[in-house]
Amino acid sequence: MTIAVASGKGGTGKTTVAVGVARALEQDVQLLDCDVEEPNSHLFLQLESRESGDFSIPVPRIDNDKCTACGLCSSFCEYNALARLKDRVLVFDNLCHGCGGCRIVCPEDAITEELRPIGKLVSAQVPGVHLLYGDLNSGEVLAPPLIRAVKRRGASEANAMEAGGPGYTAPGAGGPLIIDSPPGTTCPMVTAVKDSDFCLLVTENTPFGLHDLEMAVQVLDDLDMPMGVVINRSDIGHSDVEEFCRRKSIPVLLRIPYSRKIAEFYARGESIVDADSEYRLRFQEMYRRIESIVAEGRAG
Amino acid sequence: MKICITSQGEERTSNVDPRFGRAAFFCFYDTESGDYSFEANGFAAGVGGVGVQTSQYMAEKEVQAVLTGQVGPNAFKTLNAAGIEVYPNADGTVEAAVQAFLKGEYDKTSGPTGPARHS
Repeated sequence: MTIAVASGKGGTGKTTVAVGVARALEQDVQLLDCDVEEPNSHLFLQLESRESGDFSIPVPRIDNDKCTACGLCSSFCEYNALARLKDRVLVFDNLCHGCGGCRIVCPEDAITEELRPIGKLVSAQVPGVHLLYGDLNSGEVLAPPLIRAVKRRGASEANAMEAGGPGYTAPGAGGPLIIDSPPGTTCPMVTAVKDSDFCLLVTENTPFGLHDLEMAVQVLDDLDMPMGVVINRSDIGHSDVEEFCRRKSIPVLLRIPYSRKIAEFYARGESIVDADSEYRLRFQEMYRRIESIVAEGRAG
Repeated sequence: MKICITSQGEERTSNVDPRFGRAAFFCFYDTESGDYSFEANGFAAGVGGVGVQTSQYMAEKEVQAVLTGQVGPNAFKTLNAAGIEVYPNADGTVEAAVQAFLKGEYDKTSGPTGPARHS
């Protein structure tokens, strides 16, 4: 079962919840940190080993001897990464999304591709948790391709595990998989949560928290994905978030009251389940509720 | 010689638009005939790469010089490769900018004047 942990507003506690669930479960879990612009799940896990590799996207290179400056490539490119001038075509690597369409439409076969690294793909291990995360290089904006790569790698490692494959303690395909999503409701968030069985939305009782929660709920409605809400610092602020959830029939699965102790553990890079062992049970219970919501959805 | 002035409106008395790629209008001015013509910038609301798109359009229209406020790196690279001169920091009305240009009061730039912007 795949659970995405998202939020509209940033800083509400996605990572606290994602790592908390991963640590609380008594079976092996895969945790994918898809917040590739600011991955931080690894800070809350005492990693034993880490393996890192470049992640690149293909960018076009044009053979000026073959190019007739017909302009088919630049008119095809949705991102304006190619400029057609009278006698040649200019390439803007920083605008290219790496789709490869220009190479396909070129009638002169003048385009080849070169790999341009835009970030790192990291695989790490702690007892019970197999962590994968993407880390976009500074100044790069193309989060979605790296997020897709993290998810693909997660699926292939789960399959390798299923086949009795090498060295990971990842759960097999279909085992618990937690996705720590980027904040917001734009392409990176959609790319991260897409195809999950369930989405947990972490929010807080503030006007910003509610406003951004409403936007995130709209996205999930469009994706037709079942969801539940976690209210962090639930004893601070007003009750509009609770009312909104009631009105929309969205279950509030967990309330985390403000606690100085949790904040202190957080600041030291330790998980909420270490700060208060009761949260281990609460996260387990939440996971069971999500399992039954997903099972009901599949049945009905 | 054909020049393009980025404009906030469709009149000679409209102010120069300080944005290049996302300017509201383009004013094309012909230094030989003294004719002005205006058109709306169809790329202004694009998601990204607007500077590249607008610059490519300038090349298609065979513009030889651009008078504008600021020009970003992608736009400058394209304009420069197309042999189009860029005169930044133009302001006041379109007509006044043309006059100032004709009197040689503007300096052309040899590089971008600001970072790429997305709005």
